[in-house]
Amino acid sequence: MSGAMPGRAARPLSGSMSRSEGIALAVAAWLAIAAPLAAEAPQRVVSMNLCTDQLAMLVAAEGQIVSVSYLAQDPGASAMAAQAAGLLPNRGRAEEIFLMRPDLVITGPYSNPTAADMLRRLGVAVLVVDPVSRLDEIPDRLAVIGAALGQADRAAKVAADFEAGLGALVDTGPERPRAALYGANGYSAGDRTLAGQILWAAGFDNIATEQGMPDGGILPLELLALSQPDMIVTSRAEPGASRSEEILDHPVVAALRDGAIPGRMRDSDWVCGTPHVLGAIADLRGAREEAGR
Amino acid sequence: MSRALALLGLLVAGLFAASLLVGPAGLPPGASLRALVSGEGATGLVMREIRLPRAILGAAIGAGLGMAGAAMQGYLRNPLAEPGLIGVSGSAALGAVLALHTGLAAAFALALPLMALAGAGLGVGLVMALAGPRGGSLTLILAGIAISALAGALTSLVLNLSPNPWAAGEIVFWMMGSLADRSMSHVALALPFLLAGIALLATLGRGLDALTLGEDAAASLGIRMARLRLGVVIGTALVVGAGTAVAGAIGFVGLVVPHVLRPLVGAAPGRLLWASALGGAAMLLAADIAVRVVLPEQDLKLGVLTALVGAPVFLHLIYRMRRALA
Repeated sequence: MSGAMPGRAARPLSGSMSRSEGIALAVAAWLAIAAPLAAEAPQRVVSMNLCTDQLAMLVAAEGQIVSVSYLAQDPGASAMAAQAAGLLPNRGRAEEIFLMRPDLVITGPYSNPTAADMLRRLGVAVLVVDPVSRLDEIPDRLAVIGAALGQADRAAKVAADFEAGLGALVDTGPERPRAALYGANGYSAGDRTLAGQILWAAGFDNIATEQGMPDGGILPLELLALSQPDMIVTSRAEPGASRSEEILDHPVVAALRDGAIPGRMRDSDWVCGTPHVLGAIADLRGAREEAGR
Repeated sequence: MSRALALLGLLVAGLFAASLLVGPAGLPPGASLRALVSGEGATGLVMREIRLPRAILGAAIGAGLGMAGAAMQGYLRNPLAEPGLIGVSGSAALGAVLALHTGLAAAFALALPLMALAGAGLGVGLVMALAGPRGGSLTLILAGIAISALAGALTSLVLNLSPNPWAAGEIVFWMMGSLADRSMSHVALALPFLLAGIALLATLGRGLDALTLGEDAAASLGIRMARLRLGVVIGTALVVGAGTAVAGAIGFVGLVVPHVLRPLVGAAPGRLLWASALGGAAMLLAADIAVRVVLPEQDLKLGVLTALVGAPVFLHLIYRMRRALA
């Protein structure tokens, strides 16, 4: 009997989700009002997206989260792998998640939307949280998830700490070296991406934006060579071999690194819009200071 | 004949120069060529480390594929024989993918071309064994389809099993081929094998000419069939293996080029070998220039263009041969 309760309690929420077409903020506002009234914060939360995993773990109470995506346990991708290690991993399949009897599922718009749709049809509350492409969206996302988990106060504290940390780190000085974010297949992230924002906050100008790609795009190796960046930040190395990543070992990239600020490799701090991006910004600033630029 | 070769040589030289001068950076030609010689500055880096290896690989792989097509067609006396179509390139790609994704190539750089070479050798050996010495069209094509399908499926399987999230997306590279972002290290890896294969195939001209008279007549002229067959297998494995290891499987070059050039050199397989080498180099250089001009933003695969030209030629050949096939 008690096992059926969370499902029943979740139904009105799922109804409101479908009307609002998955607009996370509307749900959050509804939850913010409804949660104190019902005094029923969800107790079996499942997250199926690497970034919502980390945001949820940052604001949830002990034991509130049942499962996170398997990627959250991979230290190469997740800044909170140690915390995720004690939770059940999921691969975003509707069946396995339904069997976990969640009273709230949190996901991103692009991680297996068909599974999210099926869970909604089965009467599970699903909260879709958009990914972050600007640093100032991180407190918003924390607030959305905090409200959904009934942890608004914790979320506000984490967000305030983040804003204070960011304020202390952002470099708006006049000296701005030019850096390129270079990844597999020659993809270069521009200013209007999270990685570009991290680069900007650390006091760098972005070669991709200079080349007319503020949203990022494929930057041919030739154009990278001619732009002579002051630093190259490469994407994190994935396990195993791939031709896509071979470009990062190209002699041209090696030649560009000579005389430049020693580049950094993008690690798990870069992947998601969480307060952990402060680690990435601090790391880049450290690289500048070491090189005296 | 020699005039045709000279013209083809001029065409290859012109396309080689054009390949050096075309790129997203839009550098002025004079300054580009000066930088290529001096190697100075960022332009020198672009010319020597990006465009030169691309042009060298385009010419050498194209020459190898053209020549391998001509040699296989001469040996099997069948104009449908082509390394890409009958699964030799696909087997080479499987060998290369295995070398890369087992970590063998990381431990030992030569493992990449050697495994591709072994794959190509296995593929061409199987096809020739299944098609028989006279290379009946039906058995040849059916054997080719079976080997292509198996090699393609196993290549996809290896790439899908890889822990690397990029690997599965590279299935299209291994099946269609590309010369984007190749470096001098790829040239160093592939060029010796390509040159060895071309040199070996070039020695087969007399044997292939004699074979046009039939196996018995060829034998009476002192041609040893077993040795000729071994030459075709090893030469094809060398050029297709080395080329596929660094540029993926590029189809139809070995079909189209001998087909177009055969009337020009008077249908003698021996003379067709060198002509096809030059023609293949010209075709691949032209295709590689076209992918950079047509869709500069994307890494359009070479096999897309060669198939657009080659598949209609293939259909035309089948149309002409349908009575023999039936």
